Amino acid sequence: MPVTNVTKDLDARSLVITAEFAASVERVWQVYADPRQLERVWGPPTHPATVVEHSLTPGGRMHYYMTSPEGEKYYGGWRVLAVEEPHRFTFEDFFAGDESFTPTPGMPVSTSEFTLEPTASGTRAVFTTTYETPEALQQVLEMGMEEGATLATNQIDALLAEG
Amino acid sequence: MIEADEDRADAFFHALADRTRRDILRRVLAGEHSVTALAASYPMSFAAVQKHVAVLERAGLLSKRRQGREQLASGDVEALRSVASMLTELEDVWRGRIARIDELIQED
Repeated sequence: MPVTNVTKDLDARSLVITAEFAASVERVWQVYADPRQLERVWGPPTHPATVVEHSLTPGGRMHYYMTSPEGEKYYGGWRVLAVEEPHRFTFEDFFAGDESFTPTPGMPVSTSEFTLEPTASGTRAVFTTTYETPEALQQVLEMGMEEGATLATNQIDALLAEG
Repeated sequence: MIEADEDRADAFFHALADRTRRDILRRVLAGEHSVTALAASYPMSFAAVQKHVAVLERAGLLSKRRQGREQLASGDVEALRSVASMLTELEDVWRGRIARIDELIQED
């Protein structure tokens, strides 16, 4: 399995997943830089993603929708913050009610940083996602669990300890 | 996820998305409390606290029993375990995404 480490910071509500890929940094970067490749990995097989706007540049947007088996569409996007091709980019996640891609109030849901660095055998990718609030977590669940990131079994303690 | 699970997730997270309710839940998980005693702990009306308790009860996170004129509330640890298992499903989504990247790369 490419996933080599999973770390959760319960207080910060953040998740860090490290994965090793047997390909160059440039090749892994392409998965995110090419909308046709991105849509193949973003949505699970039951909810394929369709990327309708894609600008991996600072201030750029990525807009997509996922289609459920019943044909229901879930709209979402990224607001791209920083890009250091081909090593690092950061973005905020948002959800939208329809194809106008107007972010739902109270966003962003989460902020993410993806970094890629070369190793002897390929690329080490580190995906960090920080959820803003417990409400953001609820949003993720309302999206039908398709927008998720890892949360610890005991993350519930963080929600409760927040008080 | 099947529909019933998603409805349950909505109820759980609605219940947990409020600071007072999380605080109430923390107290009743530590031990049974009367609703009167809980109400005395917050700068809000008895009715308001009772409403929070009701939301937690509907989400299956808290159960109540009556003793004389008192309503006693306690936290449901089993229900919390269900929340935890739903959260674990989110981890699977993430792992799925990484597995698909790996698959895509290996097609080259």
